[in-house]
Amino acid sequence: MPNKNTNNSMSFLPEDASLEAVLYDKLEIGQQQELSENYSQIRREKVDKPAIFIGTGTCGLGAGAKKTLKKIHTYLDVHNIDADVMEVGCIGLCVEEPIVDVQLPGRPRISFSRIKEDKIDNLLDNVFKNKIDTDQAICQFPPKGLKEWEGVVSIDKHPFFAPQTRWVLANCGIINPASFEEYIAHGGYQALAKTVRRYTPAELCDMVEKSGLRGRGGGGFLTGKKWKFALNTESDQKYFICNADEGDPGAFMDRAVIEGDPHRLLEGLAIAAYGIGATKAYIYIRAEYPLAIERLKEAIIQARGMGLLGDNILDSGFDLDIIIKKGAGAFVCGEETALIHSIEGKRGMPRPRPPFPAVSGLFGKPTIINNVETIANLPALLVNGEEWFSSVGTETSKGTKVFALSGKITNTGLVEVAMGTTLRDIVFKIGGGIPDGNAYKAVQIGGPSGGCIPEQHLDIQIDYESLIKVGAMMGSGGLVVMDERTCMVDVAKFFMDFIQRESCGKCIPCREGTRRMLEILERITKSRKSEEGIDALERFQGIMYLNRLGNVIKDTSLCGLGKTAPNPVLATLHYFRDEYEAHIYERRCPAGVCRDLLTYEIDADKCIGCTLCSKKCPVDAILGNPKTPHFIIADKCIGCGACADVCKFNAVNVN
Amino acid sequence: MFTIQINNRNIQAKAGETILQVLKREGIKVPTLCHLEDLFPTGACRMCVVEVEGMDGLIPSCAFPVSKDMKILTHSPKALQARKTIIELLLANHPDDCLFCVRNGNCDLQSLSEEFGIRQRRYSGVKDNYNIDSSSPSIIRDPAKCILCGKCVRICEEIQGVSAIDFINRGSEATIGPAFNEGLNVSSCIYCGQCINVCPTGALREKSDIKRVLDALNDPDKLVVVQHAPAISVSIGEEFNIKPGKDVMGIMTSALRRIGFDRVFDTSFAADLTIMEEGSELVSRIKNGGKLPMMTSCSPGWIKFVEEFYPEMMDNLSTCKSPQQMMGAVVKSYYAERENLDPKKIFSVSLMPCTAKKFEAERPEMSNNNIPDINAVLTTRELARIIKMRGLDLNDMEPEGPDTPFGERSSAGKLFGVSGGVMEAALRSAHFLITGKEMDDPQITAIRGLDGIKEAHVKIGDLEIGVAAASGLANARNLMEQIKNGRDDIHFIEIMTCPGGCINGGGQPIGKDLDAIKSRMKGLYQIDRDASNRLSHHNEYVNRLYEEFFEAPNSHKAHELLHTHYHKRDVMK
Amino acid sequence: MDTILDTILDKHRNARRDALIPILQEVQEAKGFLSRESVAAIGEILNLPTSKIYGVATFYNQFRFSPLGAQHVQICRGTACHVKGSAAVLDALERELDIEAGQTTRDGQFSLEVVACIGACGLAPVISVNGEFHAGVLPEDVNNIINSYRVDEEVQADAK
Ligand SMILES: Cc1cc2nc3c(=O)[nH]c(=O)nc-3n(C[C@H](O)[C@H](O)[C@H](O)COP(=O)(O)O)c2cc1C
Ligand code: SF4
Ligand code: SF4
Ligand code: SF4
Ligand code: SF4
Ligand code: FES
Repeated sequence: MPNKNTNNSMSFLPEDASLEAVLYDKLEIGQQQELSENYSQIRREKVDKPAIFIGTGTCGLGAGAKKTLKKIHTYLDVHNIDADVMEVGCIGLCVEEPIVDVQLPGRPRISFSRIKEDKIDNLLDNVFKNKIDTDQAICQFPPKGLKEWEGVVSIDKHPFFAPQTRWVLANCGIINPASFEEYIAHGGYQALAKTVRRYTPAELCDMVEKSGLRGRGGGGFLTGKKWKFALNTESDQKYFICNADEGDPGAFMDRAVIEGDPHRLLEGLAIAAYGIGATKAYIYIRAEYPLAIERLKEAIIQARGMGLLGDNILDSGFDLDIIIKKGAGAFVCGEETALIHSIEGKRGMPRPRPPFPAVSGLFGKPTIINNVETIANLPALLVNGEEWFSSVGTETSKGTKVFALSGKITNTGLVEVAMGTTLRDIVFKIGGGIPDGNAYKAVQIGGPSGGCIPEQHLDIQIDYESLIKVGAMMGSGGLVVMDERTCMVDVAKFFMDFIQRESCGKCIPCREGTRRMLEILERITKSRKSEEGIDALERFQGIMYLNRLGNVIKDTSLCGLGKTAPNPVLATLHYFRDEYEAHIYERRCPAGVCRDLLTYEIDADKCIGCTLCSKKCPVDAILGNPKTPHFIIADKCIGCGACADVCKFNAVNVN
Repeated sequence: MFTIQINNRNIQAKAGETILQVLKREGIKVPTLCHLEDLFPTGACRMCVVEVEGMDGLIPSCAFPVSKDMKILTHSPKALQARKTIIELLLANHPDDCLFCVRNGNCDLQSLSEEFGIRQRRYSGVKDNYNIDSSSPSIIRDPAKCILCGKCVRICEEIQGVSAIDFINRGSEATIGPAFNEGLNVSSCIYCGQCINVCPTGALREKSDIKRVLDALNDPDKLVVVQHAPAISVSIGEEFNIKPGKDVMGIMTSALRRIGFDRVFDTSFAADLTIMEEGSELVSRIKNGGKLPMMTSCSPGWIKFVEEFYPEMMDNLSTCKSPQQMMGAVVKSYYAERENLDPKKIFSVSLMPCTAKKFEAERPEMSNNNIPDINAVLTTRELARIIKMRGLDLNDMEPEGPDTPFGERSSAGKLFGVSGGVMEAALRSAHFLITGKEMDDPQITAIRGLDGIKEAHVKIGDLEIGVAAASGLANARNLMEQIKNGRDDIHFIEIMTCPGGCINGGGQPIGKDLDAIKSRMKGLYQIDRDASNRLSHHNEYVNRLYEEFFEAPNSHKAHELLHTHYHKRDVMK
Repeated sequence: MDTILDTILDKHRNARRDALIPILQEVQEAKGFLSRESVAAIGEILNLPTSKIYGVATFYNQFRFSPLGAQHVQICRGTACHVKGSAAVLDALERELDIEAGQTTRDGQFSLEVVACIGACGLAPVISVNGEFHAGVLPEDVNNIINSYRVDEEVQADAK
């Protein structure tokens, strides 16, 4: 859980200065100096006593960071060491969690990987003696005049971090997300101050449009242009909604941003709301993100306490309330009109557009919805200007994109790269390639609405258009890597299963079509035994209908979910037709994944008759007396694999 | 006005119109399954999709506005294949039940699959398995046949203000049902049957009493008496391709005799009787400071609605039984006595445009010494089925007259079939009861027509009476809220459950549009215009009934047989 | 009288429909599931038909209408976990507990729930028992993990 040592004081302010004066840049010379000293202290450019940082985002906690944290406190108590302990968000290298950073006086901050509780004693014993195990160290922060650690790469040279362009993630894993001061000291809320003081909403919309910032939630619509629709609609009340539903089951960018740097989202949201003239904003966040919700709640209280939310923000006349709404578990609620219905307390079923939410949205009022990452881009964009923003990226897609790397990849985690980075660089440079020496097969990009990209397209420069050209889409930014041991039919089946469960059920093609597509895929991956009657014929026919059905679903579905639902199937069918054919004609799963198509045999030479497998078999398909080789009755076997799992002698052959 | 192009023809369209509206005006038919006239489109079924130049995919014409220079193709190969696929997908999850289905021959899904020439099971797989809900006395739900168009949900919520049912679950597990997916009998459903009328398939239907009626007809010990409600004679013809609104009372009577009904009575007689009772009750409430506004009680769905949602207003309801029940009661009392019949041997059937009447007939209050006033209720649709079953065709029959004594009626009683009609009939007689004189003009135009709420202030002698007539219970709810909030200029309220009144009842022929409803209404007003007696209190047999049996309106005996009481209902609402 | 429910509902006396989902969440949090009585009471407060509330509650994965088992096992079926073999883990769990996902064991000890993505993709495949994560789970680990949560005599007897 988040730090309770939240200090919401204004102690960083120079004497006689207000937060407004600081943010509006109205300090006297002396005050300026004082401020910069305070800031440098808060940023820990130098520390007087040791500081220990531990990543306690969801991934860190999952890896055991809570126990590590407790152990750190015990250690400090036992050894009577005075040190600051800070919980930070996720720096992105999830695979190395729990990550513990240490910063000793006079030395740069250094990160260590996989510090479970049992490693703390050893680690801290050494570190406090200025000794480190370089194998444990991930990297160190730029020394800036401090004494470097030897044999440890600097973060800006580290293969995982160096190729990244971290704008949205700039503070993640670095600052204490529960500390308002730290956000401020890292330049926070300057963009909001600049916006409300310098620009009219119309000017702001222009700037954002010119910057080329496009929606990061999937569609890729020009953000500034979208805002203008709402700005230009007269209404007594307008709403801004931040979409933090993050329903793609392989994406966790938004969560990491909120957990690691919640004020960035709030600042961006305030800017965005100002841009369309909204005085009320909602953050619609999945209930499965309890930590992120907690962080947001705290941050909102802090910001309100500082006058950065509420009435008359920074004395500009701009009012804004931010309300957190917890989703209740429905992927389709990421869709704009469904999300609106959900906030209104209804079933999250999309409705036809027009009318567009920008004209008639939440409670019938003009409403703009943007994704977390889109909004989190705004502070940096506003501070540095639209030209700075558009200087990075490709012709059509500007700025950066955060991706969640997972699957068969060495460095699972969160990365932010400039638009136009090649997929190959992401997977092989940043991601560290495929583990266990296996060969790359494809990456699934864009989640359940996206597609998979095979080897031959690895060199495309990632942007909205290039991905669509190869049959995928930017989607949310989930990037799941698959290797030769992954079955593409199985992957298609996985997404179809997800989609047909998550379809809202309103329109016929999506509701009925996706389940039929799933059934066709299930038939393909089923063994002969479990087929009844006409199934055999149907599995041949089915494949012919997959395309036809897929296209009708795309053309006729009401919302984005249905319109993109067939993509994973169509894309795998396009690139990996041979795998489908092997399943259909040879009843074989080349990757060895589809259990039903596998056959299990006991190697009589290896089996010692320990009887473990016959005990485990759920259907009593294994015969044999103790101490004599066992035998699997093929007709009875349901292919569950329990025998192979349990055999200690590798005697069960799987084909 | 601007020009758009449909199927390469230039057509004028107005801003704000949907594509579908323009197509309809131009006589271009695209199929729809979820579209409900006058309600906001949901775009659920995707049957109405068309191709629009410059737009990705296909566009739902019901939910998309036309714009200048739009180029539309309504029957391009792409659109046709999409529609066909949608039908095929529906069929893949549909029981192969047509031959056993109440909607065989009158089913949107069936006729679409015929129109699209579907001759092959292209998609097959698991079909949803649901239990049939036959818990209610009126409505049967068969979710396996439901295509989730959502029309029933919207009618129930937006028109009836009941919301007994909603979508349950999500995706392919979605279904329609009451809270906790329990039976309709424990829900707030008022059995109006409006959902049946909009359902494109056989997922909703009335609980049929045909078999019980046929059994009674075949039972030599039973005297089978039938009464027909005012709205039936202007709608039953539609089941035989006779145009809506044509009064077929005479031929219907002869059909009923040929089917074997022993006596054919007209519910409008009982409506005249109701007017005498209810009119007197109103006059007495006004004169003696009784509970006002008085509200009519002839629509059983409305009664259940009050018992559920406005129990505190039950005292406002007239205590009169509905005409159906009054007829039932006098048949088994006065008539049985007069004809020397054992009431137990009378099987009393009523032909109603209504499903809630089945529920009403089953209410325990609606019996005398444990003998139910009414034994079976058939809807217009069920009646048509029996007529067809007997090989009869209304087109080639000679009209016959009803039986005495309950065949005579004034046209006021006939007006009970249309919203505002009870009020009009009651005012005509109340005028006489209060002033002893007839109205100059018996026609009260302010409360005619299909508007949801109609109001008038009428002068009767020195009294000014405020009256209102509402139909569709969402409108009734609106009116009730006004009353609850202190509105006191209304003394008499007529509520009919179904929008427009019984002419649009939940038991009427399915698949009829607004024009048909209007024609039925005109049919009834035509009967009134042409009638020789337009006043209930001039119904000679009603008067004789009082002389011979009840003595006077609201007499003790009348109260025993013709009046009832209500009780609060605890349902999941 | 149901004081827990009343306390929650009291806070929402003047709420509008947009409070429905938060109320359902609070009630479920406090009472473990949504009962008929709770739904009816919420309907009264918000002046909403129960059919609508039930419709909303069944739309979202979060809501339940019967109590959970004492031990709440969740298995992540997100993309990353799938690619790393969570389907086999789910099979193993179903076999071990002898229930299907979404069900509760007869003795009320365990309930098994499939969740879309726990958000720990880096640790795939993941299961969580009462909120405690187990990372990189293999089918053969399942038996041990579940047994460590069993509280009945049987297992202890087994262990002897
Ligand atoms: C089925 C479906 C799910 C979606 N899920 C999300 C989501 O989880 N998060 C998100 O930001 N956008 C999601 N979107 C996209 C949003 O509807 C919307 O386009 C986006 O939030 C707009 O923000 P942007 O312009 O900043 O991208 C989803 C869309 C669909 C059709
Ligand atoms: S496409 Fe699918 S999710 Fe979208 S409205 Fe239709 S049924 Fe619902
Ligand atoms: S609902 Fe229609 S298609 Fe279905 S069985 Fe009945 S008649 Fe046939
Ligand atoms: S019969 Fe009337 S009240 Fe009942 S579900 Fe149908 S529309 Fe609603
Ligand atoms: S029951 Fe009939 S009207 Fe209701 S959703 Fe199903 S098909 Fe449509
Ligand atoms: S009629 Fe247009 S979508 Fe159903």
